[in-house]
Amino acid sequence: MRTTDEDVVLDVDDLRMRYGKTDVLHGVTLRARRGGVLALLGPNGAGKSTMIEILEGFRMRSAGRVRVLGVDPARGDERWRARVGIVLQSWRDHGNWRVRELLGHLGSYYAYYSTDEIQRPWDVDELLAVVGLTEHAKKRIKTLSGGQRRRLDVAIGIVGRPELLFLDEPTAGFDPRARHEFHELVRGLADTLGTTILLTTHDLDEAQKLAARIVILSSGRIIADGSADELARRIAGQDDVRWTRDGQRYARSTTESTTFVRDLFHRHGEEISELEVHRASLEKTYLSLVRQDESAQELTATHASEGVVR
Amino acid sequence: MNPTIGAVRAGLARGLIELRHSFTSFSELSGHLFWPLLMVVVLFFVQNSAVGPSGFSLSAFFLPSMLGMSVAFNGLLGMSGLLSADRRDGTLLRAKAIPNGMLGYLVSKIIYVGGGLIADLAIVLITGSMLVDSLTLGRLGSWLALAWILALGMVAVLPLGAILGSLNSGSGGSQGTTMLTIMGLVAVSGIFYPITAMPQWLQWIGQSFPIYWLGLGMRSALLPDSAVSAEIGASWRHLETAAVLGAWATFGLIIAPIVLRRMARRESGSSVAARREKALRQLG
Repeated sequence: MRTTDEDVVLDVDDLRMRYGKTDVLHGVTLRARRGGVLALLGPNGAGKSTMIEILEGFRMRSAGRVRVLGVDPARGDERWRARVGIVLQSWRDHGNWRVRELLGHLGSYYAYYSTDEIQRPWDVDELLAVVGLTEHAKKRIKTLSGGQRRRLDVAIGIVGRPELLFLDEPTAGFDPRARHEFHELVRGLADTLGTTILLTTHDLDEAQKLAARIVILSSGRIIADGSADELARRIAGQDDVRWTRDGQRYARSTTESTTFVRDLFHRHGEEISELEVHRASLEKTYLSLVRQDESAQELTATHASEGVVR
Repeated sequence: MNPTIGAVRAGLARGLIELRHSFTSFSELSGHLFWPLLMVVVLFFVQNSAVGPSGFSLSAFFLPSMLGMSVAFNGLLGMSGLLSADRRDGTLLRAKAIPNGMLGYLVSKIIYVGGGLIADLAIVLITGSMLVDSLTLGRLGSWLALAWILALGMVAVLPLGAILGSLNSGSGGSQGTTMLTIMGLVAVSGIFYPITAMPQWLQWIGQSFPIYWLGLGMRSALLPDSAVSAEIGASWRHLETAAVLGAWATFGLIIAPIVLRRMARRESGSSVAARREKALRQLG
């Protein structure tokens, strides 16, 4: 059944991407409703960036149906562009501009796209306060610290009050403190802004902290989709069972820990002591999944990045 | 208001802001002053040399020719350099990510390059006119001619610069190649010495590109009529100037949007990231 109601911000059906002879996305299907943070989690080379760039309208897909806010991003017009926010990683662009000056300038493009519900652009002073840059408003951008720059990147991404915000690997290369601050900022935005946020990350911890829904992408396929709790339950991880019998320690990994333990008692009854069952943690499952992929990924990843540069 | 008009306005504002930045930052200001001052120094040293059958002073020949060369330099090198730098550092991608951002971006570059060019020309003309006394600055006709050569010249070279900037890979090396090629063209375009002193085949090469005609047009605007004897056919050839510059303008205006669109379509977060990594590797 295909939902067509307005609440669906992301509707991807059998999305495929191929660079030369390498398939990067193999039929990805994904639907997301308005609101909240959705994390696209996966190891490097899983196809996350390719996917998010297709959704941003910056990359043409090979096949499949894609709708972002009801519009095909490959044909997205300026009106659509005004409804979408993209947080880009700044490097040294606009170094001579002052923070306030740049936000005011970039915001001015959105003024013609105000609607009854959404007043565009965001008032610069308010925006500066939201991202915590008020005291740096008059600084030249090239004098900002790395963390401040990323806050500015976020401010630029949301200056047009987007209905959907894209963040591609937003904390890559961050130290722990900057990462923590950034997480606080994104969480605050999701709560107060009401914008739907789609972020990609290879860091499970980050996905768990920020996202209500995590979609795991591996080798260009979605292999799991749900809240952190759901994923932990749903992914067939190996639980660890440990016990003592006749003074000897035993350990066993199994996907069917309950059945295993029942059998164990059935066979040995009261001889069993010090029983421990460790449920498969999401982290462990994700890591083993990444490890499995890595050997296979290395080849395709090189091909994919060559395709990107070309 | 119409968003397209809004973007043109935003582009104008952006161009003016960037012009202001370039005149208030020391490194950019010194970059701005370097070429014009170099030209003035050159003028100073050739003050007493003569040229052509009429024994016209070389510095009088030089000054307008160099103004013409400045138009070509700013338009071709300035525009292409800005475009490749802005692709490299992600400025262009930012423009692409906002509604009508590319339109605003292009308008701003035209303002920025045009404004910088006018400043350059003014510096050379004002300081140069103190060294060269035979310029016809008192005639209204001179200024009108200067204006149409400048306007048509910019329409001819700016799109070409945008094409060059879109085609090159954005590395320093390709910008260097562009620069060398243009230097080579300058050498056969009768900027530093009348083109009539060169072999016929070189004259033909020079006359196929806009630089020669920009120089000729500027000389026709600023030199007294007696100076025409150093030119091909002893004529200012205004019709031919308009025709050649117009042809290049038409070519550029047709091709530039296609090339720009193709280049912009390829920009994405990962292409900027790849270039950034490459540049950082080269630095480290």
